[in-house]
Amino acid sequence: MSANKTDSATLSYREAVRAAISQAMHADSRVFLMGEDVGNYGGCYAVSKGLSAEFGKQRILDTPLCESGFVGAGIGAAMGGMRPIVEVMTVNFSLLALDQIVNNAATLRHMSGGQISVPLVIRMATGAGKQLAAQHSHSLENWYAHVPGIKVLSPATVADARYMLAMALADPDPVIIFEHVMLYNETDVVPSPNDCADMHKAAVRREGQDISLITYGGSLGKTLQAAALLQQQNISAEVIDLRCLRPLDTQTIFASVNKTGRVVVVDEGWRTGSLAGEICALISEHCFWSLDAPPQRVCSQEVPIPYPQHLEQAATPQVEQIVNAAEVLLNKPKTKRDMS
Amino acid sequence: MKDILMPSFGADMAKGEVAQWRVKPGDMVKNGDIIASIETMKGLIDMEVFDDGVIEQLLVEEGQELKVGQIIAKMRLSTEPEAEASEGKAPEDKAPHVGTSRLEEQPALATGKQAALEKQALSSVSGAATYAIKHRGDEITQPILKQGRRKKISPLALKTAQQQGLDWQQITQGSGSDGAIVLADIMALKQVGISQTADTDNALQMGKNALSEKSGAADDMRQAIGAVVSRSKREIPHYYLQLDMVLDKAQLWLTQHNQGLAADERILINAVIYVAIARALQQFPAFNGFYQNGKFEPAGAVHLGNAISLHQGGLVVAALHNAQQLSCTEMMMTLKDQVIRAREGGLRMSEMQDATVTVSNLGDRGVDSIQSIIFPPQVAIIGIGRPRTIPWVLEQRLGIATVVSVSLAADHRVSDGHSGARLLNKINKLLQKPESLV
Repeated sequence: MSANKTDSATLSYREAVRAAISQAMHADSRVFLMGEDVGNYGGCYAVSKGLSAEFGKQRILDTPLCESGFVGAGIGAAMGGMRPIVEVMTVNFSLLALDQIVNNAATLRHMSGGQISVPLVIRMATGAGKQLAAQHSHSLENWYAHVPGIKVLSPATVADARYMLAMALADPDPVIIFEHVMLYNETDVVPSPNDCADMHKAAVRREGQDISLITYGGSLGKTLQAAALLQQQNISAEVIDLRCLRPLDTQTIFASVNKTGRVVVVDEGWRTGSLAGEICALISEHCFWSLDAPPQRVCSQEVPIPYPQHLEQAATPQVEQIVNAAEVLLNKPKTKRDMS
Repeated sequence: MKDILMPSFGADMAKGEVAQWRVKPGDMVKNGDIIASIETMKGLIDMEVFDDGVIEQLLVEEGQELKVGQIIAKMRLSTEPEAEASEGKAPEDKAPHVGTSRLEEQPALATGKQAALEKQALSSVSGAATYAIKHRGDEITQPILKQGRRKKISPLALKTAQQQGLDWQQITQGSGSDGAIVLADIMALKQVGISQTADTDNALQMGKNALSEKSGAADDMRQAIGAVVSRSKREIPHYYLQLDMVLDKAQLWLTQHNQGLAADERILINAVIYVAIARALQQFPAFNGFYQNGKFEPAGAVHLGNAISLHQGGLVVAALHNAQQLSCTEMMMTLKDQVIRAREGGLRMSEMQDATVTVSNLGDRGVDSIQSIIFPPQVAIIGIGRPRTIPWVLEQRLGIATVVSVSLAADHRVSDGHSGARLLNKINKLLQKPESLV
């Protein structure tokens, strides 16, 4: 994801999200952004910096520090015909709005017999790596991926950050977009709309024959690095970026596993009850006779994400663990290597 | 309707030829009746049937060779209603069907049959034919091994092996993690091509391979013997004991006994030794039975397996049923009869399958002693050397005695050297009182 081009030809993930919001607001007057510190401050991760000046306080709304309140307001606005983008600082804080999201946004179409749409987009940061400690660093994507009635996206590339938002806004139902905090500074060449597939589709980020590495969000980069290291041992790893966590693109997952016969799922969520567990279960159910080794998971340690950097790193999936998991499945001796 | 399959008469049998049908369609048969003579590497063997019923169809012509586990006939069990049979009877065949084409015509049946075929085939590969056939129905099929240890094989490897008719049980150690057999091992197996004698073929594959040539049969037998003894040495922790036993008293008794008898009525020393062994074994159940699925099951009676070498090479182990009850005279008659039938054909299926322990006698080949390899799933084998006259110290005096070295190889999972030593001493004790063996 690094780019050797000049600055003018590259785009950061943060800039891509901002450009996406800006484009959507230009395209549709019903679109507005609301959240904590999105206006004057420019967003806690500086995503919305400058948007307030461009669109004004009517469309870039600073809200009180009350997730239940402003997410609920977003749902109401969506029901009323608007196309709100609600920013929640981190997934940890979104738990304060679980009632609004799970009991209201996700259920209203069902409970109204299809009469009420909630075309709401909620963006939230997720994941560890910035030493923000246990209340700002968790990965709870699977909580939302569990709930029927909402869609869950996890853009892991600059292109997806740039173009998935428009697809989410076009969807008549609530869509939650997870932006991993470690991705905001990632840069890539300026993408074109063609670089972003349909939001429901998983993407094969690297083709391979020997093993499928399935991941999403902030773990994609680490997984691609692992695949490159495996290549040095002549292990051809295929890397699948899920992109959409609900509904899962099982077709792409199964096609890959049926080809390689081996799978490691990399998921920054905790192992127990994880999305990785769900994917392994689906693979066991549907690809059993293609499996040449037991499906494996690389997940976060079952602890609240620690503050100290070395512990934070130790608690979350790293390249070496992914490589080792793949080596075990292929029965290659584990190699100790310098990951720097 | 029940399928009658080409039986396995031992681990080293891959194929058999229906030399002669002894029944025809419509014949009533009952458990124990002989229905066919099967020509094998080991000669002509009479095949028994284990159920009561009516022979419905003979699917194989005389002279046709088939792999172990293929269907050779169908019978309607006496417990089955007649109605079910009528559809099978409708196209009543003048020329019997060839088993292979039947299989191909009925793919729907294949899966059901497959388990049975694999069961049978597995038994012949792993050398446990005896057990498998006697315990039809309560056998677990793949991937459980006879020893109760589960071999690890990936789903993909298993599926591929079955599709291609490859016998993955031949692979002792997989290259996957934890020794699991993975696809690469199946591919390697395929390349080596040692699957030809494999009997775990699925039904279709069997059909295709049915009419393989007889050439290479000797190789097959050697390979199968190799597989059995390798498995035995790999899985059974053998221990070995040996005792020189003085035969003078037994020989003296024999001389008196044989006096005045016609040549063909005389008893030879081997019969006395066999009787002593059988009776001693009855008192030591830990040496008579099968080690299966991680545990030992003692056998009630002593069916003494007698290893008979064949003129064409190879071995056949024929069971002397209820040997513990035989007198020396009866033992002698049975031994003579059996050796002749083994070499000329006519051993019964039950004789091929029932041995609970084996005796290997190399005395007439001129060696002093033998350290044998246990025939799994049995747990002991007794070796007999050549009776020889040697200097012998008895009651502080040097004299001359005729002794025989009797050895025991036994499974340490089941017994210890202590009880093995007691068994050998018991045999010796019985040989010193030959009059008690009458």
